[in-house]
Amino acid sequence: MSKKSSEIPMAGNILEPGNAREYKTGGWRAERPKHNPEDCLWIKNGTCALCCIFCPDNAIKLSEKDGKFLYAYDYDYCKGCGICANECPKSCITMEAE
Amino acid sequence: MSMKLKDLLQAPEVLGSGHRMCAGCGAPTVMKLMGMSLRGPTIVCNATGCLEVATTIYPYTAWKVPWIHVAFENVAAVASGIVEGINAMQEKGRYKQEHVDVIALGGDGGTFDIGFGALSGALERGHDFVYMVYDNGAYQNTGIQRSGATLPGQETTTSWAGKAEPGKRQRKKPIAEIVAAHRIPYVATVDPFHYRDFITKFRKALEVEGPAFIHAFSPCPRGWRSESSKTIELARLAVETGIHPLYEIIDGEQYIMSGPSKSLKELKPVDEFMKLQGQFKHLFTPQWEDFRKQVQQQITADWELLKKKCGVE
Amino acid sequence: MAATVKMTKPKGSIEGLTGDAAIAYALKQCDIDVLSAYPITPQTIIVEDYQRFFAEGQVKTKVIPVESEHSAMSACIGASAAGARVATASASAGLALMWEVLYCASGMRQPIVLAVANRALSAPINIHNDWSDSYGARDSGFIQMYCQSCQEAYDTTIMSFRIAENHNVLLPAMVCIDGFILSHNVERVELLPDEVVRDFVGVRVPVQPLDTDKPITMGPLCLTDYYFEFKEQEDKAMREVFKVYKDVEAEFQKVTGRSYGMYETYKTKDADIIMLTHSSPAGTAKAVVDALREQGEKVGVLRMKLFRPFPAAELAKELSSAKAVAVFEKCLSFGAPTNPLALEVRTALYDLPKKPMVTDFVVGLGGRDVPPATIVEGYNKTKQYLEKGKAPLYETLGVRK
Repeated sequence: MSKKSSEIPMAGNILEPGNAREYKTGGWRAERPKHNPEDCLWIKNGTCALCCIFCPDNAIKLSEKDGKFLYAYDYDYCKGCGICANECPKSCITMEAE
Repeated sequence: MSMKLKDLLQAPEVLGSGHRMCAGCGAPTVMKLMGMSLRGPTIVCNATGCLEVATTIYPYTAWKVPWIHVAFENVAAVASGIVEGINAMQEKGRYKQEHVDVIALGGDGGTFDIGFGALSGALERGHDFVYMVYDNGAYQNTGIQRSGATLPGQETTTSWAGKAEPGKRQRKKPIAEIVAAHRIPYVATVDPFHYRDFITKFRKALEVEGPAFIHAFSPCPRGWRSESSKTIELARLAVETGIHPLYEIIDGEQYIMSGPSKSLKELKPVDEFMKLQGQFKHLFTPQWEDFRKQVQQQITADWELLKKKCGVE
Repeated sequence: MAATVKMTKPKGSIEGLTGDAAIAYALKQCDIDVLSAYPITPQTIIVEDYQRFFAEGQVKTKVIPVESEHSAMSACIGASAAGARVATASASAGLALMWEVLYCASGMRQPIVLAVANRALSAPINIHNDWSDSYGARDSGFIQMYCQSCQEAYDTTIMSFRIAENHNVLLPAMVCIDGFILSHNVERVELLPDEVVRDFVGVRVPVQPLDTDKPITMGPLCLTDYYFEFKEQEDKAMREVFKVYKDVEAEFQKVTGRSYGMYETYKTKDADIIMLTHSSPAGTAKAVVDALREQGEKVGVLRMKLFRPFPAAELAKELSSAKAVAVFEKCLSFGAPTNPLALEVRTALYDLPKKPMVTDFVVGLGGRDVPPATIVEGYNKTKQYLEKGKAPLYETLGVRK
């Protein structure tokens, strides 16, 4: 962490794009989102995705594998803001104390 | 461009995880939607502000596109230089990319106030770039001070609500219209709740020749004293109450009201937007009842005028 | 068997040019990619001339007629960050308005060339020459070179790109000329042929530019843990300038036969008193030296050119045999023990076992004429102080008190 002036690129330039991934913000979280897949439209048919679109921390990972729609939180980065829970049209997400 | 949900979700991130914007900040979502609108190689210039500071705390950067910050009041000038530098090198055969989009980002302080001269100059000169202001209604980065974008009745640390004052008294600058008065090809207001409208407009902004301006609404839970979960709800209410109506201005003349605003039968009371925020709490005391009504009247009058300009009944 | 090639000096043209016009012509020949500038007297001719080159289709430069000097430097930083060769020009209030971004240009290590037609700062408003503007920016991380003639302004502008863009340096550079005295006076200037300048300056090879294939972050927030390290880098880069400056000048001399050095000495070898100054007063001082020498006075002139970085070690050597150094400078640093140029000179001499006396004369503020009589007055005062063995820290000359 404490590199010498001769060991770092000039002028504060950061050469590795997106290396903030190394900085985990999950520790900020006071409440943790919990996803109930039962009524989730993404799980059902790969639509909606509002939680993912509105997540400020890219902490909701939506994917599709073998025709199945998958849903996962990345708790390394989720700050627990609760936007996903507030915006879910089917109330699939609840916030629980850490 | 494809507006299919799956394609939007697969758009490469411009701003990755690990940034240190506050929980529930609207700005990262605004950036995400900008990222979903991109059409090719892009360089981003960022004015000093929350977004700049909290996304690039050395030795970390959350940015995945070439990104530059120089100072607070000059992002439009920096972007001018990048655009013309690339143009010159292209003409001399020294630049490998055929086209690069250049985007300048500023907060409301950096755009409405201190950066306005540089913005106006860049618009007049007509460089081909997109300027986007993410407007969270105050100098949130320095600790919630009033700006030209602060709403009347809003309490900030330089427009306190007290026995004698209702928070800021002055109206908010109509920045989109001021910018449009430069007769640039494209100006639009956007809101993260209406993400499809946002992406469509941002893409248009990239595609026009010459400068384009995007005024994005960006709630700030810290400064507004709102629940972090209410950010997108507040963004929706801003449109529904007429605080941030959605429209486009083409060539500085032609006003087009956008779907989400156009489809409103009537505005919701501004109270609905205000009551979710601690910064307007004082307006709900008897002392400032009249002031709150005046704010409502102003918003309603502005809305009626906008409808007229857009030719909407 | 190799054929014998007869080497001939490239033939350019000889023109009568003002200092501003000479700089504009040099910028044209250096094939800059972007010129971003705002008009301010007495620099404006540079921008005007360059816009004429543009209008006549003689340059492929993108000229950005910005709305302020702050934006002029900001646009330069943007263009330079993208990898372009860029220049701007300013003076006085314009340079003051640029202040904030001067530090950004150097801190971001952008090799921007900034021509300055030195002019007094307001208030009261005044359009004439002194050095308050660029002296005020002496800590901004810009290389500073002060020219005495239009020819030197032309030559220095060309060399400045090579110095600034050198990968061991990567710092912005100011080429300074005295407002009106040089900026608006026509002198004989030998211009090099375009291809000679082109070959000499080459094409800029940027280091870590904004590149969509290699996305980097430039200008992040650096706090207590790293800011200092970048200032250490910047300081090291500035110290590299001495060597690079000498190398570039040596190469320039090979091509043109002309060189100036980090400073110039005139009849200093056996001098008891060396008058130290730069820019236009240096010319006057040389004429005064000739006259005084005829009267048997042992006096010489040291004309500074490179002010940042300041060649303290060489200077100390050069001045060590003199009994006194009389500094003439066009800047007043209110409340300071002494003024910027003398401050540097005194520091340079401090470690000498036998220190010459240093006198400091503030002259010519706001373009007040600095005639030979003023230089002679300073010389005579220095002689008296030498006899007394004591001198004031500084005095103003040529002002009604």
